[in-house]
Amino acid sequence: MKLTPKTATLLVLAALVAITPFFFPSGYYYRVGALIFVNGLAVTGIVILTGYAGQVSLGHAGFAGIGGYACALAPVHLGLHPALAVVLGAVMSAALAWLVGRPILRLKGYYLGVASLGMGILISMVLNNERWLTRGPDGIDVPDLGLRGVLKDWGLNLSNGEFWYFFSGIVMILGAWAALNLHQSPTGRALRALHGSEIAARTVGVDVSRLKLQAFVISAVYASVSGSLLALQNKFITPDVAGFMHSIEMVTMAVLGGAGSVLGAIFGAGILTLLPQVLTVFAEYEQMVLGLVMMLVMIFLREGLLPSILRKLRGTGE
Amino acid sequence: MSELLQFLFSGVTVGAVYALVALGFTIIYNASDVVNFAQGEFVMLGGMATVFAHAAGLPLPLAALVAIVGTAAVGVALNRLAIEPARGAPVVSLIIITIGASIFIRGAAQLVFDKQIHTFPAFSGDDPIRILGATILPQSLWVIAGAVLVFVALWLFFTRTLLGRAVLATSNNRLAAQLVGINTNFVMTLSFALSAGIGALAGVLVTPITLTSYDVGLTLALKGFAAAMLGGMGNPKGALAGGLLLGLLEAMTAGYLSSQYKDAAAFVVILAVLFLMPQGLFGRKSTDRV
Repeated sequence: MKLTPKTATLLVLAALVAITPFFFPSGYYYRVGALIFVNGLAVTGIVILTGYAGQVSLGHAGFAGIGGYACALAPVHLGLHPALAVVLGAVMSAALAWLVGRPILRLKGYYLGVASLGMGILISMVLNNERWLTRGPDGIDVPDLGLRGVLKDWGLNLSNGEFWYFFSGIVMILGAWAALNLHQSPTGRALRALHGSEIAARTVGVDVSRLKLQAFVISAVYASVSGSLLALQNKFITPDVAGFMHSIEMVTMAVLGGAGSVLGAIFGAGILTLLPQVLTVFAEYEQMVLGLVMMLVMIFLREGLLPSILRKLRGTGE
Repeated sequence: MSELLQFLFSGVTVGAVYALVALGFTIIYNASDVVNFAQGEFVMLGGMATVFAHAAGLPLPLAALVAIVGTAAVGVALNRLAIEPARGAPVVSLIIITIGASIFIRGAAQLVFDKQIHTFPAFSGDDPIRILGATILPQSLWVIAGAVLVFVALWLFFTRTLLGRAVLATSNNRLAAQLVGINTNFVMTLSFALSAGIGALAGVLVTPITLTSYDVGLTLALKGFAAAMLGGMGNPKGALAGGLLLGLLEAMTAGYLSSQYKDAAAFVVILAVLFLMPQGLFGRKSTDRV
């Protein structure tokens, strides 16, 4: 059997999720791992938007904020089960992405970046200021998902850290699977075509603005679900999740690792999630190092880290 | 009436700063097609460097000069070390590079200076001037005069000097400019130095009013960017109008609607502009050749 890139990617991810825990020196690493997977899910959405469709969003954290606060607010105010709150957040994010994206994506260039930037900051401002609803900058408690209890009843007893590690890992793999399927579908091919040349794609009959809009909406759903997962595993959420810096982090993770491929982007998510953990020793220099890494990778390894490393390993310039 | 006048004064003061930041965006965008998100850090550097040079014993005007020249050098370094090597990279990469630069500068400022909030004395005292029942700080007049001076000087530079025209030519068509013998690399260097220097000047002028610290740059960059978009990216007149308009909008929002949402004005404006008139107030309609 020949290994397609899709199966290969999924196998690598599954192996990564399953095998790494054997090397964890302490329970704390489950938490870091879960964080990487949550970020990995968000950047998979960025791969669809930026890697496939060639559009830039600087406000995706806004969708993560919607997803996160849906989990905090819907169970309390609407009596929804937290799992349904995740769905509600995703639907709201998709609707907002559609509304914002529809007029913008007819335009070329960095307009989507600008519009999404404005949108993201407005969302985070609302989360910060509407204290009666969101309790403002101090953050708000999020109810338990309840799934761990169900698993316990079935005889599968996981610690909180272990549960969220595996659960986030599985959701990330599902997300990657969906993104890879999209990549191979006619829609995915059309998206890549418009990334290559919008005019050429239009000439062969691709509905360019509709496709860009689809990519934007899909990636918003990814960001929203990742925000929900983050809120649920921390049982707490603050407006920072919707902040500008978080949006930048998402794009940077994807582009750093290699936005052209799901594996590359998730690799980038891993690196940038680990970097602050490693750099706590020199917390003073954290910002400088982060900024420097962003610049150096973009200047010298334009396709991103993973594709560049793979190319080195193959030893050819292709 | 005096209330409205008061809001007008504060709006124009803030607007003048936004206009200067937007002008910085415009100059670099014209010369290199790069949207430089590190623009706000230049403003921060201008203010912070003046504070520390002044504290080290330099008289205020000299400290300000050192800060402006130093920041211009940072701008040149940014171009040489980060923008030029990435020539031809996709927009996403360039955006990430300038955001990386802004994070880097902020991190460095936090080490070189400190994390405290600083200020220095206003140029001509702190006694507010009364006009028709409203008050305005003398420093606000400095800010407004500074902005006007910069715009007039730049206008003269771009229209009356050979070098200024070379910059315009480069922004119109880089290759054609090269062909007629313009040193486009020098034009790039000049643009970054100018843009960083103008940012620093804005920082020097406004610090006695708004205070400064290592992390004021990001908000200013976003607001200045919004102002540039509002006026039409790449148009200096648009930067001036966009900046003033944004400052007034903010002051009116804070005064009549909600001070919590004063910062929202900028971003609501961005969205409205994009939805209704994507070219901005003064932007040219651009078409693509196939």
